[in-house]
Amino acid sequence: MGFDFYNNIPIYLQIAKILKIKIISGEISPGERLPSVRDLAVELKANPNTVQRALADLENEKLIFTERTNGKFVTDNKALILKHKTAYASSLTEEYLNSMNKIGFSKEDAVNYIKSMGGNA
Amino acid sequence: MELIEINNLKKAYGKHEVLSDITLKIPKGKIIGLLGRNGAGKTTLIKLINDLLTPTSGQILVNGAPIGVQSKKIISYLPERTYLDKSMRVCEAVKFFSDFYDNFDSDKAYRLLSDLGLDKYTKLSKMSKGMQEKVQLVLVMSREAELYILDEPLGGVDPATRDYILDTILSNFSEGASVIISTHLISDIERILDEVIFIDCGKIALYGECDKLREEENGSIDEIFRRMFKC
Repeated sequence: MGFDFYNNIPIYLQIAKILKIKIISGEISPGERLPSVRDLAVELKANPNTVQRALADLENEKLIFTERTNGKFVTDNKALILKHKTAYASSLTEEYLNSMNKIGFSKEDAVNYIKSMGGNA
Repeated sequence: MELIEINNLKKAYGKHEVLSDITLKIPKGKIIGLLGRNGAGKTTLIKLINDLLTPTSGQILVNGAPIGVQSKKIISYLPERTYLDKSMRVCEAVKFFSDFYDNFDSDKAYRLLSDLGLDKYTKLSKMSKGMQEKVQLVLVMSREAELYILDEPLGGVDPATRDYILDTILSNFSEGASVIISTHLISDIERILDEVIFIDCGKIALYGECDKLREEENGSIDEIFRRMFKC
Protein backbone atom coordinates (compact mmCIF):
# COMPACT_ATOMS: atom_id res chain seq x y z
CA MET A 1 0.00 0.00 0.00
CA GLY A 2 2.47 2.70 1.08
CA PHE A 3 1.54 6.16 2.27
CA ASP A 4 2.40 9.50 0.81
CA PHE A 5 4.58 11.00 3.46
CA TYR A 6 5.35 14.67 3.54
CA ASN A 7 9.10 14.86 3.21
CA ASN A 8 9.29 18.06 5.25
CA ILE A 9 7.78 16.62 8.43
CA PRO A 10 9.71 13.98 10.39
CA ILE A 11 8.56 10.63 9.02
CA TYR A 12 8.36 9.02 12.46
CA LEU A 13 5.73 11.57 13.54
CA GLN A 14 3.68 10.77 10.47
CA ILE A 15 3.92 7.04 11.09
CA ALA A 16 2.95 7.51 14.74
CA LYS A 17 -0.09 9.48 13.58
CA ILE A 18 -1.14 6.85 11.05
CA LEU A 19 -0.98 4.15 13.72
CA LYS A 20 -2.70 6.33 16.29
CA ILE A 21 -5.62 6.89 13.92
CA LYS A 22 -5.88 3.14 13.37
CA ILE A 23 -6.03 2.64 17.11
CA ILE A 24 -8.51 5.38 18.00
CA SER A 25 -10.76 4.47 15.07
CA GLY A 26 -10.81 0.87 16.23
CA GLU A 27 -9.29 -0.45 13.00
CA ILE A 28 -6.81 -2.10 15.32
CA SER A 29 -8.76 -3.28 18.37
CA PRO A 30 -7.77 -2.76 22.00
CA GLY A 31 -5.44 -5.55 23.07
CA GLU A 32 -4.69 -6.55 19.47
CA ARG A 33 -1.16 -7.47 18.49
CA LEU A 34 0.60 -5.10 16.09
CA PRO A 35 2.44 -6.39 13.03
CA SER A 36 6.20 -6.67 13.43
CA VAL A 37 8.40 -3.64 12.83
CA ARG A 38 9.68 -5.22 9.64
CA ASP A 39 6.22 -5.93 8.28
CA LEU A 40 5.06 -2.43 9.16
CA ALA A 41 8.11 -0.99 7.42
CA VAL A 42 7.37 -2.87 4.23
CA GLU A 43 3.67 -2.00 4.41
CA LEU A 44 4.36 1.69 4.96
CA LYS A 45 7.40 1.70 2.65
CA ALA A 46 9.43 3.25 5.41
CA ASN A 47 12.67 2.51 7.17
CA PRO A 48 12.41 -0.06 10.01
CA ASN A 49 14.38 2.24 12.34
CA THR A 50 11.89 5.03 11.69
CA VAL A 51 8.97 2.70 12.40
CA GLN A 52 10.69 1.67 15.62
CA ARG A 53 10.95 5.27 16.66
CA ALA A 54 7.26 5.91 15.94
CA LEU A 55 6.34 2.88 18.05
CA ALA A 56 8.51 4.18 20.89
CA ASP A 57 6.49 7.40 20.75
CA LEU A 58 3.20 5.53 21.02
CA GLU A 59 4.63 3.45 23.82
CA ASN A 60 5.50 6.62 25.70
CA GLU A 61 1.89 7.70 25.33
CA LYS A 62 0.91 4.27 26.70
CA LEU A 63 -1.19 3.54 23.63
CA ILE A 64 0.83 0.42 22.97
CA PHE A 65 2.95 -1.82 25.16
CA THR A 66 5.64 -4.40 24.57
CA GLU A 67 5.30 -7.93 25.81
CA ARG A 68 8.79 -9.30 25.96
CA THR A 69 9.47 -11.79 23.13
CA ASN A 70 5.85 -11.62 22.11
CA GLY A 71 5.63 -8.35 20.24
CA LYS A 72 3.77 -5.10 20.64
CA PHE A 73 0.13 -4.80 21.57
CA VAL A 74 -2.48 -2.06 21.61
CA THR A 75 -3.46 -1.08 25.13
CA ASP A 76 -6.71 -2.52 26.42
CA ASN A 77 -7.33 0.62 28.42
CA LYS A 78 -10.40 1.86 26.53
CA ALA A 79 -10.66 5.05 28.58
CA LEU A 80 -7.15 6.01 27.48
CA ILE A 81 -7.98 5.33 23.83
CA LEU A 82 -11.11 7.46 24.17
CA LYS A 83 -9.04 10.26 25.67
CA HIS A 84 -6.71 10.23 22.69
CA LYS A 85 -9.65 10.07 20.35
CA THR A 86 -11.23 13.13 21.93
CA ALA A 87 -7.96 15.04 21.83
CA TYR A 88 -7.51 14.21 18.16
CA ALA A 89 -11.10 15.17 17.32
CA SER A 90 -10.75 18.53 19.02
CA SER A 91 -7.49 19.30 17.24
CA LEU A 92 -9.11 18.49 13.89
CA THR A 93 -12.09 20.67 14.75
CA GLU A 94 -9.91 23.52 15.84
CA GLU A 95 -7.99 23.28 12.59
CA TYR A 96 -11.22 23.38 10.63
CA LEU A 97 -12.59 26.35 12.54
CA ASN A 98 -9.33 28.23 12.06
CA SER A 99 -9.40 27.63 8.33
CA MET A 100 -13.04 28.70 8.14
CA ASN A 101 -12.23 31.76 10.22
CA LYS A 102 -9.62 32.80 7.68
CA ILE A 103 -12.25 32.98 4.97
CA GLY A 104 -14.60 34.94 7.19
CA PHE A 105 -16.77 32.31 8.87
CA SER A 106 -17.41 32.81 12.57
CA LYS A 107 -17.71 29.72 14.72
CA GLU A 108 -21.45 29.98 14.51
CA ASP A 109 -21.39 30.43 10.74
CA ALA A 110 -19.28 27.34 10.47
CA VAL A 111 -21.66 25.30 12.60
CA ASN A 112 -24.61 26.49 10.55
CA TYR A 113 -22.72 25.72 7.39
CA ILE A 114 -22.12 22.15 8.50
CA LYS A 115 -25.78 21.80 9.35
CA SER A 116 -26.77 23.16 5.97
CA MET A 117 -24.67 20.43 4.32
CA GLY A 118 -26.81 18.07 6.38
CA GLY A 119 -27.67 15.15 4.14
CA ASN A 120 -24.29 15.08 2.41
CA ALA A 121 -22.16 15.06 5.49
CA MET B 1 32.52 -1.70 16.44
CA GLU B 2 31.54 0.49 13.55
CA LEU B 3 30.90 -1.15 10.22
CA ILE B 4 33.09 1.38 8.47
CA GLU B 5 35.48 3.84 9.93
CA ILE B 6 37.21 6.35 7.70
CA ASN B 7 40.01 8.50 9.07
CA ASN B 8 41.45 11.59 7.39
CA LEU B 9 40.96 10.10 3.97
CA LYS B 10 42.45 12.01 1.09
CA LYS B 11 42.49 11.30 -2.62
CA ALA B 12 44.28 13.50 -5.12
CA TYR B 13 45.09 13.17 -8.79
CA GLY B 14 48.32 15.12 -9.04
CA LYS B 15 47.49 18.55 -7.70
CA HIS B 16 43.78 18.04 -8.03
CA GLU B 17 42.31 17.05 -4.69
CA VAL B 18 39.08 15.11 -5.07
CA LEU B 19 38.62 14.16 -1.44
CA SER B 20 40.38 16.32 1.06
CA ASP B 21 39.94 15.00 4.61
CA ILE B 22 37.05 12.68 5.09
CA THR B 23 36.48 11.32 8.58
CA LEU B 24 33.38 9.28 8.95
CA LYS B 25 31.80 6.39 10.83
CA ILE B 26 29.10 4.24 9.35
CA PRO B 27 27.12 2.15 11.85
CA LYS B 28 25.34 -1.15 11.32
CA GLY B 29 21.67 -1.42 10.48
CA LYS B 30 21.18 1.95 8.80
CA ILE B 31 20.17 3.17 5.39
CA ILE B 32 22.32 6.12 4.52
CA GLY B 33 22.04 8.56 1.64
CA LEU B 34 25.26 9.84 0.13
CA LEU B 35 24.31 13.10 -1.51
CA GLY B 36 26.25 15.77 -3.29
CA ARG B 37 26.46 17.77 -6.48
CA ASN B 38 28.09 16.40 -9.60
CA GLY B 39 31.79 16.04 -9.10
CA ALA B 40 31.56 16.37 -5.31
CA GLY B 41 33.47 13.13 -4.80
CA LYS B 42 30.67 10.63 -4.10
CA THR B 43 31.80 7.99 -6.55
CA THR B 44 35.45 8.47 -5.60
CA LEU B 45 34.59 7.81 -1.96
CA ILE B 46 32.59 4.73 -2.94
CA LYS B 47 35.40 3.40 -5.11
CA LEU B 48 37.88 3.90 -2.29
CA ILE B 49 35.68 1.91 0.11
CA ASN B 50 35.53 -0.84 -2.50
CA ASP B 51 39.29 -0.91 -2.89
CA LEU B 52 39.08 0.13 -6.55
CA LEU B 53 41.17 3.23 -5.93
CA THR B 54 44.11 3.72 -3.61
CA PRO B 55 43.92 6.56 -1.10
CA THR B 56 46.57 9.27 -1.27
CA SER B 57 46.56 9.24 2.52
CA GLY B 58 44.30 8.23 5.37
CA GLN B 59 42.66 4.99 6.33
CA ILE B 60 39.52 2.98 5.78
CA LEU B 61 38.57 0.23 8.21
CA VAL B 62 35.79 -2.28 7.60
CA ASN B 63 34.75 -4.11 10.76
CA GLY B 64 37.96 -2.84 12.30
CA ALA B 65 40.26 -4.27 9.64
CA PRO B 66 41.85 -2.60 6.62
CA ILE B 67 40.01 -3.12 3.34
CA GLY B 68 40.96 -6.16 1.30
CA VAL B 69 39.71 -9.66 0.54
CA GLN B 70 37.68 -9.80 3.75
CA SER B 71 35.92 -6.50 3.17
CA LYS B 72 35.02 -7.46 -0.40
CA LYS B 73 33.22 -10.51 0.93
CA ILE B 74 30.89 -8.46 3.03
CA ILE B 75 30.34 -5.48 0.73
CA SER B 76 27.94 -5.81 -2.16
CA TYR B 77 28.57 -3.02 -4.61
CA LEU B 78 26.43 -1.68 -7.43
CA PRO B 79 28.65 0.49 -9.62
CA GLU B 80 27.35 3.36 -11.71
CA ARG B 81 28.02 1.46 -14.87
CA THR B 82 27.45 -2.21 -15.45
CA TYR B 83 30.46 -4.46 -15.84
CA LEU B 84 28.61 -7.58 -16.94
CA ASP B 85 29.51 -9.21 -20.23
CA LYS B 86 26.62 -8.22 -22.49
CA SER B 87 26.75 -11.46 -24.45
CA MET B 88 25.59 -13.32 -21.34
CA ARG B 89 22.03 -14.40 -20.79
CA VAL B 90 20.42 -13.36 -17.49
CA CYS B 91 20.68 -16.90 -16.13
CA GLU B 92 24.37 -17.01 -17.04
CA ALA B 93 24.92 -13.80 -15.10
CA VAL B 94 23.16 -15.38 -12.10
CA LYS B 95 25.41 -18.45 -12.42
CA PHE B 96 28.43 -16.16 -12.69
CA PHE B 97 27.51 -14.43 -9.44
CA SER B 98 26.77 -17.66 -7.61
CA ASP B 99 30.17 -19.06 -8.67
CA PHE B 100 31.85 -15.88 -7.62
CA TYR B 101 30.26 -15.16 -4.24
CA ASP B 102 29.52 -17.78 -1.62
CA ASN B 103 26.93 -15.50 -0.02
CA PHE B 104 24.86 -15.26 -3.20
CA ASP B 105 21.28 -16.57 -3.12
CA SER B 106 20.24 -17.73 -6.62
CA ASP B 107 16.66 -18.49 -5.62
CA LYS B 108 16.21 -14.99 -4.35
CA ALA B 109 17.70 -13.59 -7.56
CA TYR B 110 15.26 -15.57 -9.72
CA ARG B 111 12.35 -14.51 -7.54
CA LEU B 112 13.26 -10.83 -7.84
CA LEU B 113 13.86 -11.17 -11.59
CA SER B 114 10.44 -12.67 -12.13
CA ASP B 115 8.83 -9.95 -9.96
CA LEU B 116 10.39 -7.42 -12.29
CA GLY B 117 9.23 -9.33 -15.35
CA LEU B 118 12.74 -10.08 -16.58
CA ASP B 119 13.11 -13.26 -18.62
CA LYS B 120 16.09 -15.34 -17.57
CA TYR B 121 16.96 -16.51 -21.07
CA THR B 122 17.26 -13.04 -22.58
CA LYS B 123 20.72 -11.84 -23.50
CA LEU B 124 21.82 -8.67 -21.75
CA SER B 125 22.71 -7.14 -25.11
CA LYS B 126 19.05 -7.46 -26.13
CA MET B 127 17.83 -5.55 -23.09
CA SER B 128 17.31 -1.84 -22.68
CA LYS B 129 19.63 0.14 -20.43
CA GLY B 130 17.00 0.30 -17.67
CA MET B 131 16.43 -3.47 -17.82
CA GLN B 132 20.15 -4.13 -17.60
CA GLU B 133 20.31 -1.89 -14.56
CA LYS B 134 17.53 -3.87 -12.94
CA VAL B 135 19.37 -7.15 -13.56
CA GLN B 136 22.50 -5.70 -12.02
CA LEU B 137 20.61 -4.45 -8.98
CA VAL B 138 18.92 -7.82 -8.48
CA LEU B 139 22.33 -9.51 -8.54
CA VAL B 140 23.76 -7.09 -6.00
CA MET B 141 20.76 -7.31 -3.65
CA SER B 142 20.75 -11.11 -3.78
CA ARG B 143 23.99 -11.34 -1.86
CA GLU B 144 23.81 -11.67 1.90
CA ALA B 145 26.14 -8.81 2.58
CA GLU B 146 26.77 -6.62 5.60
CA LEU B 147 27.02 -3.49 3.53
CA TYR B 148 25.32 -2.67 0.25
CA ILE B 149 26.74 0.26 -1.65
CA LEU B 150 24.50 1.41 -4.44
CA ASP B 151 25.89 4.08 -6.72
CA GLU B 152 22.99 5.79 -8.51
CA PRO B 153 20.63 2.81 -8.48
CA LEU B 154 17.64 4.81 -9.69
CA GLY B 155 19.07 6.79 -12.56
CA GLY B 156 17.83 4.87 -15.56
CA VAL B 157 14.64 3.28 -14.30
CA ASP B 158 11.01 4.34 -14.53
CA PRO B 159 9.12 5.64 -11.45
CA ALA B 160 7.09 2.44 -10.94
CA THR B 161 10.27 0.41 -10.88
CA ARG B 162 11.83 2.97 -8.56
CA ASP B 163 9.14 2.12 -6.01
CA TYR B 164 9.82 -1.56 -6.48
CA ILE B 165 13.54 -0.99 -6.01
CA LEU B 166 12.95 0.91 -2.77
CA ASP B 167 10.74 -1.98 -1.63
CA THR B 168 13.44 -4.43 -2.58
CA ILE B 169 16.01 -2.48 -0.62
CA LEU B 170 13.73 -2.27 2.41
CA SER B 171 12.63 -5.86 2.49
CA ASN B 172 15.81 -7.55 1.36
CA PHE B 173 18.70 -6.00 3.10
CA SER B 174 19.71 -8.54 5.70
CA GLU B 175 19.10 -7.89 9.37
CA GLY B 176 21.78 -5.65 10.82
CA ALA B 177 23.16 -4.77 7.40
CA SER B 178 23.63 -1.22 6.20
CA VAL B 179 22.95 0.37 2.85
CA ILE B 180 24.66 3.38 1.35
CA ILE B 181 22.81 4.92 -1.57
CA SER B 182 24.30 7.64 -3.68
CA THR B 183 21.80 9.55 -5.78
CA HIS B 184 20.55 12.84 -7.10
CA LEU B 185 16.94 11.76 -6.81
CA ILE B 186 16.67 12.79 -3.19
CA SER B 187 12.93 13.28 -2.93
CA ASP B 188 12.34 9.78 -4.29
CA ILE B 189 14.38 8.04 -1.65
CA GLU B 190 14.44 10.26 1.41
CA ARG B 191 11.54 8.49 3.10
CA ILE B 192 13.60 5.33 3.51
CA LEU B 193 16.80 6.96 4.74
CA ASP B 194 18.00 6.97 8.35
CA GLU B 195 20.85 9.32 7.84
CA VAL B 196 22.32 11.51 5.14
CA ILE B 197 25.82 12.51 4.28
CA PHE B 198 26.19 15.64 2.17
CA ILE B 199 29.52 15.82 0.50
CA ASP B 200 30.82 18.91 -1.21
CA CYS B 201 34.18 19.87 -2.67
CA GLY B 202 35.74 16.71 -1.25
CA LYS B 203 34.56 17.36 2.31
CA ILE B 204 31.69 16.23 4.47
CA ALA B 205 29.37 19.20 4.47
CA LEU B 206 26.71 17.64 6.68
CA TYR B 207 26.10 14.30 8.35
CA GLY B 208 22.92 13.80 10.31
CA GLU B 209 19.78 11.90 11.08
CA CYS B 210 17.05 12.66 8.55
CA ASP B 211 14.12 13.17 10.92
CA LYS B 212 16.23 15.36 13.16
CA LEU B 213 17.30 17.50 10.21
CA ARG B 214 13.68 17.81 9.09
CA GLU B 215 12.77 19.04 12.56
CA GLU B 216 15.70 21.42 12.94
CA GLU B 217 15.76 22.84 9.44
CA ASN B 218 12.02 22.68 8.98
CA GLY B 219 12.13 21.17 5.54
CA SER B 220 12.65 18.04 3.54
CA ILE B 221 16.12 16.65 2.92
CA ASP B 222 15.66 17.66 -0.70
CA GLU B 223 14.95 21.27 0.36
CA ILE B 224 17.89 21.33 2.76
CA PHE B 225 20.11 20.13 -0.06
CA ARG B 226 18.81 22.79 -2.45
CA ARG B 227 19.24 25.54 0.16
CA MET B 228 22.75 24.44 0.97
CA PHE B 229 23.97 24.10 -2.58
CA LYS B 230 22.08 26.92 -4.21
CA CYS B 231 23.95 28.08 -7.29
